[in-house]
Parts: sequence; C-alpha cells; structure tokens
Amino acid sequence: MPRIKVKRTSTVTDMTAMCDVAALLLTFFILTATARQPEPLAVSTPSSTYEFKVPAENNATLTIGQGKVFFEVAGQKVRARTLELIGQQYKINFTPEEIKKFSVVSTFGVPVSSLKSFLAMSGADRMKPGVQTGIPTDSTDNQLNSWVLQARTATAEVNQQPMRVSIKGDSKEEYPVVKKIVDVLQKQKVNKFLLVTNAEARKK
Amino acid sequence: MAELNTGGKKATPRVDMTPMVDLMFLLVTFFILTTSISTPQAMDIVKPDKDDNNKDNRLELKASKTMTILLGKNDKVAWYMGEAGATAPTYESLSQVDKSIIENRKKADASGVKGEFVVLVKPTSGSNFKNFVDIMDELEILKVKVRQIDDDNILDSEKESMKSQGIL
Repeated sequence: MPRIKVKRTSTVTDMTAMCDVAALLLTFFILTATARQPEPLAVSTPSSTYEFKVPAENNATLTIGQGKVFFEVAGQKVRARTLELIGQQYKINFTPEEIKKFSVVSTFGVPVSSLKSFLAMSGADRMKPGVQTGIPTDSTDNQLNSWVLQARTATAEVNQQPMRVSIKGDSKEEYPVVKKIVDVLQKQKVNKFLLVTNAEARKK
Repeated sequence: MAELNTGGKKATPRVDMTPMVDLMFLLVTFFILTTSISTPQAMDIVKPDKDDNNKDNRLELKASKTMTILLGKNDKVAWYMGEAGATAPTYESLSQVDKSIIENRKKADASGVKGEFVVLVKPTSGSNFKNFVDIMDELEILKVKVRQIDDDNILDSEKESMKSQGIL
C-alpha cells in the first residue's frame, strides 16, 4: 500500500503585496499629516480632562508666555485679508508679495511697525531669540486689539463664520498677565474662550 | 582549481521582505498615533459680560449655596461659603479642594434652599495660569454646572485674609 503523502508547503509567503499596502498607507499618512510648525514662543500648556478639539478653522490663537503675547489666525486666505485690513488701519502699504509671505507665517509676535522687516527675513532668522518681542498690548497702543478685531472681520468676510479665540497659556504664567489679555478681548465683547490644554486621563 | 558553480540549481531571486514589512507597519503605526495625539485639546470658558448696562447678565445667587474659591500662590486656595466675612475662609491646597466642593454641595443640596449650587472662582494676582485651568477642570469633573469666574471684584477683606496666610 502506498503511504499517504503529506504535501509539504513552504512556509515562505510572498510579502510583496503586504509590503505594497504598508507603503501605500505610509505614503498616505505622511502626506496627510500636517507638519508641526516651529513655534517662536515655546509654552508648556497645562493639562485638563476636557475633550474638546481646537477648531482648525475660524480660530485665532493667542500664545501667552514670558509676559509676551503672540498671535496666530487660522487659514491662509484669512491671514492675507487680516494683513490687508491691518495695513489699512495703520496706513502701511503691504505689497502682494508681503501679503503672500504673511499668509504662511503661523504664530508671530512683532509690532506692526516692524512687520515689514520681519516679513523680509528668512524663516530661520525669524525664529532667532530677540527678534519677536511680542505684540504690544499697552492701553495707548493696543495692537493686539486691532489684530483680533481685524482677524474677526477677515474671518467673517472670507468664511462667513464667527471666529473663536483660543488662549494658549504657559502653565507658569502669572494670572494677571492672562487677565490683561482676556480684558482686551472682553472689551470687544468676546466672552467665550478656548483654553488650549494637554489631554489628561480622567481620574477615577 | 575551484570553480564557481554556475550551472545546476539556480537560486530563486526572491528577497525576504519580512523586515521591510515590519518597518513599514511600525512607521504606519507611528504616523497614525502621532497625528491623532497632536491635535490640541481645549477648554471652553465663558467669562461674565463686562457691560454693566446690560441688565440681563445679572444673576441672582443664593448666599447659602455659593462657594467662593480664591486662588492664591504656591497652589493654595482659600474658600468660604456664602457672603464674604460671614464665615472664616478655609485654606488648603488646590489638589484637595475637590473634597470640599463635594462636601459643600452635599450640604447645600440638603439645606432645601432653592437654586443651584454655585461656585465662584476668583483667581488673584498670586495664582498662575495652571491653577486657573486646574480649578476649572476640577469643576468640570465634579459636574458643577453653575460656575462663575470673577477676577475684578476681589474684596479687600479677602486680600487681607489671604495675605495673613501668606498665599497672596
């Protein structure tokens, strides 16, 4: 009687297909991931258990740290329009090239008067310490007020949506500094804020 | 002389792709995880309107159901129930105040007085941003529905008592 032959199949599987899928996924994730913007003012935000995502659009972020305040408005079109409005208010003519440059600048903190020279700098020079001194918030020359106001106008014009204001404060920042910024916003009747925090596991 | 064995069995031109696939999936996992984590979280805060002419924004509070928490320096707080000066403030650290809030809420709910239990947060100049976020987070965790932020009307008596404890 012939013995039953057990067919030995090789354990080597063809991984090419699997490799293709992985490469495809990898490419997709790399392309969709938004690159982290370098921040001119590094802050460590406090943590909270709130689970509310910061909106990616129709949002302005005020970064507060070391007694300085930096400003960022979401959306390139909105940024461009905001700069135009700021130019009109402060009687500064920004060239289309400068407006284009400004629309890709995320967080910045320079007075309006030095905005032109700031835009002329290279990206690496802008990040050098001492270049960005924060946006003036004194009662005599309250530029933060103008920025928030013009950003709101620009957001309403471009997106037809109200703008939210997020505050990204450093954990160690003293409360009076935060209060000063919040008071500026409250003068414009912005009473709702988002405080940017780190996610934290909920205590049991 | 030794000769290269060119004839005979030909080796299959197959490459072992296992390490490559491993690496690919590792990178995919990394990108999946980092993209979801990097979206920052935010806390929704509403501050009272400063327009005094607007009559609608005056909210009546029941003194016996109101707990005022003053944020001081070194992560310390002072809290009291009801009106300022009526009861002596209690001083404790911020991490412990949640127990007091629960206790006070229980007492307030048992008192039978109508109205919600209210927590009034007063961040003073001694406190920092983290203290403020922490207390608001604590109130959210404890589901205290009515919470007010007041950083303009910090009474002199409150300041005095906080100074005496060295937390302002």
